[in-house]
Amino acid sequence: MENGGCVIEVEGLHTRFGNHVVHEDIDLCVYHGEVLGLVGGSGSGKTALMRQMLGLERPTHGSIRVFGQSLYGHNRKQLRAMRNRCGVLFQKGALFSALSVYDNIALPMRELRTLDEDMIRRLVMLKLKMVDIDARHADKMPAELSGGMIKRIALARAMALDPELLLLDEPTAGLDPELSDGFVKLIQTMRTELTLTIVMATHDLDTLVALSDRIAVLADQRMVALGPLKEVINRNHPFIANFFLGERGKRTLANHVDI
Amino acid sequence: MAEYRGNGSSLVLRRVTAEGGAPRLVLSGSCTLSALGQRLQPLSAKLAEYATDPALQWDLTEIAQMDNAGAVLLWRAWGERRPQHLLLRPEQEKALNLLEMMSPPPPPASRDWLWPVTALGKAVFLLWEHLTSMVILSGQLLLDALYLAVHPGRIPWREISANLYRTGAQALGITALVGFLIGVVLSFLSSRQLQMFGADIFIINILGISIIRELGPLLAAILVAGRSGSSMTAQLGVMRVTEELDALTVMGIPHSLRLVLPKVMALGIAMPLVVLWTSAIALAGGMVVAEIQLGLGYQFFLSKLPDSVPIANLWLGLGKGMVCGMVIALISCHFGLRIKSNTESLGEGTTNSVVTAITVVIIIDAIFAIIFSDVGIK
Repeated sequence: MENGGCVIEVEGLHTRFGNHVVHEDIDLCVYHGEVLGLVGGSGSGKTALMRQMLGLERPTHGSIRVFGQSLYGHNRKQLRAMRNRCGVLFQKGALFSALSVYDNIALPMRELRTLDEDMIRRLVMLKLKMVDIDARHADKMPAELSGGMIKRIALARAMALDPELLLLDEPTAGLDPELSDGFVKLIQTMRTELTLTIVMATHDLDTLVALSDRIAVLADQRMVALGPLKEVINRNHPFIANFFLGERGKRTLANHVDI
Repeated sequence: MAEYRGNGSSLVLRRVTAEGGAPRLVLSGSCTLSALGQRLQPLSAKLAEYATDPALQWDLTEIAQMDNAGAVLLWRAWGERRPQHLLLRPEQEKALNLLEMMSPPPPPASRDWLWPVTALGKAVFLLWEHLTSMVILSGQLLLDALYLAVHPGRIPWREISANLYRTGAQALGITALVGFLIGVVLSFLSSRQLQMFGADIFIINILGISIIRELGPLLAAILVAGRSGSSMTAQLGVMRVTEELDALTVMGIPHSLRLVLPKVMALGIAMPLVVLWTSAIALAGGMVVAEIQLGLGYQFFLSKLPDSVPIANLWLGLGKGMVCGMVIALISCHFGLRIKSNTESLGEGTTNSVVTAITVVIIIDAIFAIIFSDVGIK
């Protein structure tokens, strides 16, 4: 997995909201081409860490580098070029409610200003096909869509510029099991076609086990474990014991891997 | 630290002659959106040019990476079908299969020439819908009021008092500022005119009647419609977006009783008081200028005011205030409850609510002027 070094590099990260300490001294390297699952209890700062990786929030101390570049203090052009290489799927989709499905996916392509409208039309249709959405839904507004469709269209938008790095925040939350299996398959297929680096924060053990190459566990403000699933579940920590080896966890693991 | 390297070089086209003498085009490098960048358009034209030669053999096996944009670029150059001679790697095969399966985008809807008629019809129906649902809401409020009269223990005092504070007390600053300035301007302009005729004393009549009867209530109502009306609509709208309204419904708490009625009652109580306040401040502003401009003393002004302005004007102004306040709250809540759960609708609903509220306030003022045309004027 260690081909090409770190796509995201987190060094000595501390986060505090007022007096509340969220992260304490976190180091993390996301390798090129891997899927890193980020787990942790509610309030363990998964989403905060994701937002910091995206440059939406600043850590109190420490640095985050994406594609070897710091997220702060360099010029707009570089930052933009870097952002075009990342795709983000937000927890609730974050589709622009004023735009149709088609325009939502076409927006990042139009912003590039190198693609002509004919090319954009073909690409949008291709992305819709990729996430298994029928072309007749292209003119609908986000308000008319179901939760599963919003997630898939948001993924299509995240993939609009064929990013090398994809950040998924709770990709399967709010989907029924069948849809979330479909989602997992979708990501797996995309990985075979493109070299994707994926960081995924999730609560869903099925998704985590099915997709992750490595798992990072956040608990007690620190990263208590980082490594492949087998290594992680052998770590002795109350959260890990609870999350992976509880009633539900055992059942899921039994389905997926032979440990 | 291991530096992550970028995509490498962009797409390179190389024309060679294969064994057997057939021409062959070898593509190498990265065929991805980020690697192509600005070269996309010229490359597209060049590829299309090559594609006109049916004997040409396309060799894609040396392409390091090809993403969807790259695949579409080639696909379009080929005229949406595979060229006769094509060398591919398995993963490229899959990407092309996906393109082959892609359904053509739906044609744009044809233009409907009857659109002015349908648009007008829709507008009329929309107006009718607004009117009926407004009547339904008012009726519901009346029923709620009757219910509360029988069960006084269920009167939502806390909501009423919170709304009183928000729509009344917090509006005092802005209404005072606007009222004072209007009083100053009105007094200044009228006193100039009156001086010409030596009718200085009538400044009291002009200021008294116009401010107490018309300007005070109207100014206060317009300000409150913009200020509290918009916030009421937005509040209910956000409650719709976040499903709070639905949560109330399933708890068996009616919207009209808990959300609409307190707002209507609070604004009905607060508005006359705000009107009184605005009129008083506007008169004070006028009085200051009358003193400076015409030398009319404050004491003289105040003692003369009751003689020149019949008390009926004050009641008329307060009555107008109460009616306007309740109507503003009703309209704002009506629009707020109609908002659908998306941002577009939220913005549109708030705008419509404020515009409608201000228009209706002016209409109410006109109706009052006609009905009470012979009240309070000597």
